[in-house]
Amino acid sequence: MLSLLLPEIITASLGVLVILLAVILPGKGEKTVQTLTVAGLVAVLFLAVKIGVDKEVLFNGIYIIDAYAGFFKILFLTGAILVILSSANYVKNFSGRISEFYGFMLFAVLGMMIMAGAGDLLTLYIALELMTISFYILVAYVLNRETSKEAGLKYLILGALSSGILLFGISLVYALTGTTVLSEIGSRLTLEPALISAVILILAGFGFKIALIPFHMWTPDIYEGAPINVTAFLAVASKAAGLAAMVRVFISSFQLGFFDWQLILALLAALTMIIGNLVALVQSNIKRLLAYSSIAQAGYLAVGLVAANEYGLKGILFYSMVYVFANLGAFAVAVQVENDTGSNEIKDFGELGKRSPFLAAVMTVCLLSLAGIPPLAGFVGKFYLFSGAVEAGYVWLAFIGLLMSMISVYYYLNVVKVMYIGKSPKETFPAIEPSARLALWICLLLTVFLGIYPYPLTLWTGNAVKLFLG
Amino acid sequence: MFEWTLQHIWLIPLMPLLVFALIGLFLHKWPGISAAISIISIATGLALSVVTLIGMLKGGQPLHYEISFPWLKMPGLTVEMGLLVDGLTVVMLFIVTLVAFLVQVYSLGYMEGDPGFASYYAYQSLFAAAMLGLVAANNFGQMFVFWELVGLASYLLIGFWFGKNSAREAAKKAFITNRVGDFGFLLGILFVQIIFGTLNFGELSPQVADYTNTALLVTVTLLLLAGPVGKSAQFPLHVWLPDAMEGPTPVSALIHAATMVAAGVYLIARAFFIFSATPEAMQVIAFIGGFTALFAALIAVTQYDIKRILAYSTLSQLGYMVMAMGLGAMTAGMFHLTTHAFFKALLFLGAGSVIYALHHEQDIRNMGGLSRKMPVTTWTFVIGALALAGIPPLAGFWSKDEILLSAYAGGYTGFYVLGLLVAFLTAFYMFRLIFTAFFGESHARGHHHAEVKESPLVMTIPLIILALMSVVAGFIGAPFTGNPFGHFVHYAGETHHEPEMVVAVTSALIGVLGIIAAYLVYARKMVSTARVKERLSGVYTLVYNKFYIDEIYLWFIKIFVDGTARLMFWIDINIINRLVDLSAEITGALGKALRYTEDGQVQTYAYYMLGGIIILSAAVLLAGLGIMR
Repeated sequence: MLSLLLPEIITASLGVLVILLAVILPGKGEKTVQTLTVAGLVAVLFLAVKIGVDKEVLFNGIYIIDAYAGFFKILFLTGAILVILSSANYVKNFSGRISEFYGFMLFAVLGMMIMAGAGDLLTLYIALELMTISFYILVAYVLNRETSKEAGLKYLILGALSSGILLFGISLVYALTGTTVLSEIGSRLTLEPALISAVILILAGFGFKIALIPFHMWTPDIYEGAPINVTAFLAVASKAAGLAAMVRVFISSFQLGFFDWQLILALLAALTMIIGNLVALVQSNIKRLLAYSSIAQAGYLAVGLVAANEYGLKGILFYSMVYVFANLGAFAVAVQVENDTGSNEIKDFGELGKRSPFLAAVMTVCLLSLAGIPPLAGFVGKFYLFSGAVEAGYVWLAFIGLLMSMISVYYYLNVVKVMYIGKSPKETFPAIEPSARLALWICLLLTVFLGIYPYPLTLWTGNAVKLFLG
Repeated sequence: MFEWTLQHIWLIPLMPLLVFALIGLFLHKWPGISAAISIISIATGLALSVVTLIGMLKGGQPLHYEISFPWLKMPGLTVEMGLLVDGLTVVMLFIVTLVAFLVQVYSLGYMEGDPGFASYYAYQSLFAAAMLGLVAANNFGQMFVFWELVGLASYLLIGFWFGKNSAREAAKKAFITNRVGDFGFLLGILFVQIIFGTLNFGELSPQVADYTNTALLVTVTLLLLAGPVGKSAQFPLHVWLPDAMEGPTPVSALIHAATMVAAGVYLIARAFFIFSATPEAMQVIAFIGGFTALFAALIAVTQYDIKRILAYSTLSQLGYMVMAMGLGAMTAGMFHLTTHAFFKALLFLGAGSVIYALHHEQDIRNMGGLSRKMPVTTWTFVIGALALAGIPPLAGFWSKDEILLSAYAGGYTGFYVLGLLVAFLTAFYMFRLIFTAFFGESHARGHHHAEVKESPLVMTIPLIILALMSVVAGFIGAPFTGNPFGHFVHYAGETHHEPEMVVAVTSALIGVLGIIAAYLVYARKMVSTARVKERLSGVYTLVYNKFYIDEIYLWFIKIFVDGTARLMFWIDINIINRLVDLSAEITGALGKALRYTEDGQVQTYAYYMLGGIIILSAAVLLAGLGIMR
């Protein structure tokens, strides 16, 4: 039993070790800590892959090890590794506190991993707090920059509010059923006004984490203010973690014959896709652009949960995974540009096509994948999500999704336009560090490969969602 | 060894594809390395193909090996990727890799010093990869992908010297003409998917045999046929092939011999179960092929550009193959494709050698007397021409004989006579070329004749190898070796005809007759060609100008296409554009307006969150029963 928990245990120990090392090896040992973190995460990743897909329920149902949790654990670990690799030089901005940075990142990853496996609302809540509190610190990590501190404070206040909302929902559920174990809640629920409040409150709590409208308002400010590697990690991994928990809660506990929460979620998804994409059109800062883009992407992902059938759920997992590579690829390029110019304005990407054809190519491919252009991976993911919605009878929702995807092409291509026709005062681009180059290559190749040959990933996601489909 | 090769047959198309990516991404600054890895990859492919071919011949059994795995799976639609290796594939793999290998080696000399040397090899690799992938595909869908890649690679190579206007035009023409055919082909594929629910050749074959709706099947077959008509340059989509001469000459050799044009004929052979299912479609195929064969042979007689003569010759020979397919003789058609690949590659590379020596002179009237200066080129060229003319025991004789035999024995007297006539014309125009360009007086213009010398070894050795193949390649389908070709490459329902002495002797004699006629007219000048031109000036002008097909197309495009385009342009600018602008303005304005909800105040954000929860709760309560099931 303990061996099944090894990934979590190792991640936790690694986090503690890294923080201790920060005390033992101040300053000089930062490179060692970085290497250790990456090596540790890679080892945990291999372990998580090796543990496989058997379903095990631990501690009287409060923790679950299954293919679904395994899939998301691998996703978080991959995301964390890519973020660390792509910002190896960027962390110099955190001078003197680099080791602790990795420590908090590891705790955030631990929180996410537990969220994916939580079989109980309280476990879930604690894991979520572990992740979120780590992020409060990470967002405010550049202490000498006002925007970073402001973002951290805003995130803390709004995050606390959303936690309160979620906890209120959970307490209502406990009051109605007398249990917090997910697998037991469903059978004990009856139709009551309090139940409706509980579902809406829990929906709002998760909606905050994955940035569904109208619980999305924090996203652009915090994404803009946070250090860019934190933004990348927040946009990809924290969102996926919220989604992983949300899908498990709603599918395994609230599949009720008498209450159609799918319709509420469908409305929120539609709003999210519309507003996220429309506002993205007018952004001039790459972090804000990607923030609104990530809001829109949350809308697409919610469509899969609305459908709640095989295609929809498979689509959520598939899309989350390819979203990791496309979004982190785009952020990794933005990190390099920020290293060069110190800014995140889209106009600073001018002539990137000439100054660094490789970065421009990665950015183009990643953005086109986010827009859902075949043959890139994002297309396949959207295809599954919208097919699921159509199959479930939500044709209108799929239609909005398609329409908004079309609009999104405009703002993604706008960045591409700047890179290839825009002007820049600079002629050259500084060298990219090898680790970032590696991360960029991984993002590029997987975004292309999973689009051309999606079958292995569809097979895997199919296995992971099997347990929800009875 | 054979087993291993068979299981790793996917390496053959994959290696050049990787080389293409490698050169394109990393190596384009190092032309030498680019050429080297390109040649090594295709040479490895050739080695694997040879092992497979020998393994198959030794095994003695018809080969059938298929690997397949799903690419996309959803209810009602499974898209698979896979490889099918049987006699047909093995033969094609061998031809394509051999010709591509020789062409790439030859290009080392021909393209030396070209500024685009590395990209030339990248495109060559892409071309080879596309064609190899096409012949190894086990379903229509995958075949179509590679089919289009072949089109793309040919576009890049025909327009390789894109500084020349004519090259750009030719590349566009080839691409657009092929699109017309590909459109029909794609429609045909979609119909096949809709009707039969699969695109796999093996699964389709029995289903097609049991299918009873003849009218629909004929339609589908004719749509599919549009593909080969475009790619194999059959009338009326033949116009691109002569213009494709604008590419570097080794590319022409590749296009005419092994890749591109062979794809169409190969498709008919691969999907013979569907083409041969209805006699109506077969008739159409036979007529198109026969007509193209005669029509192109006539044009070839009147041309002066050495590459154009060969180009029309290719058209004519492809017509021959297609005609054979239409007459039900799939084996004969494929056999001719095989032998033709060798001697046509030889002829083109020979022509390239001449052009190289004469500094890009292509008009045969300005050549003459080359045999003394360029013995290797001349004599290998003569061997190629003899093979093409069908003189025994060279390769072309055996395959041409098979086609004529199937027409004769099948009772298609009309096609048999047509075949003989084309055979005569073929011998005649080839030796018209040879007597004018290689023998007799020198008519060199501008450059000193003394300067002309034999091409370097890297160019002549491929010529010698191909000449050798042109002599012996026919034996694998000859009666005295027991016709192994027919044993491994044949269609189940096909009837095999026993060799007839009459047919063989007649076809050989008619070839000799054509050569004698050319000798009398062009070497001994017993007939004044100028007088003939004058006498038959109307016919001559018509034929010389390729029956004005290009002009007719141009006229049609001007009147109909341009006219429609103008109308559409007006509608686009005045109606559609306005609508688009309007919707864009609305979208943009919405975006700007919504942006102001984001004011940076935490309080506002919290209000939105709580407000959202309240509105949602209120909505559920108000909608009440609507939302509760």
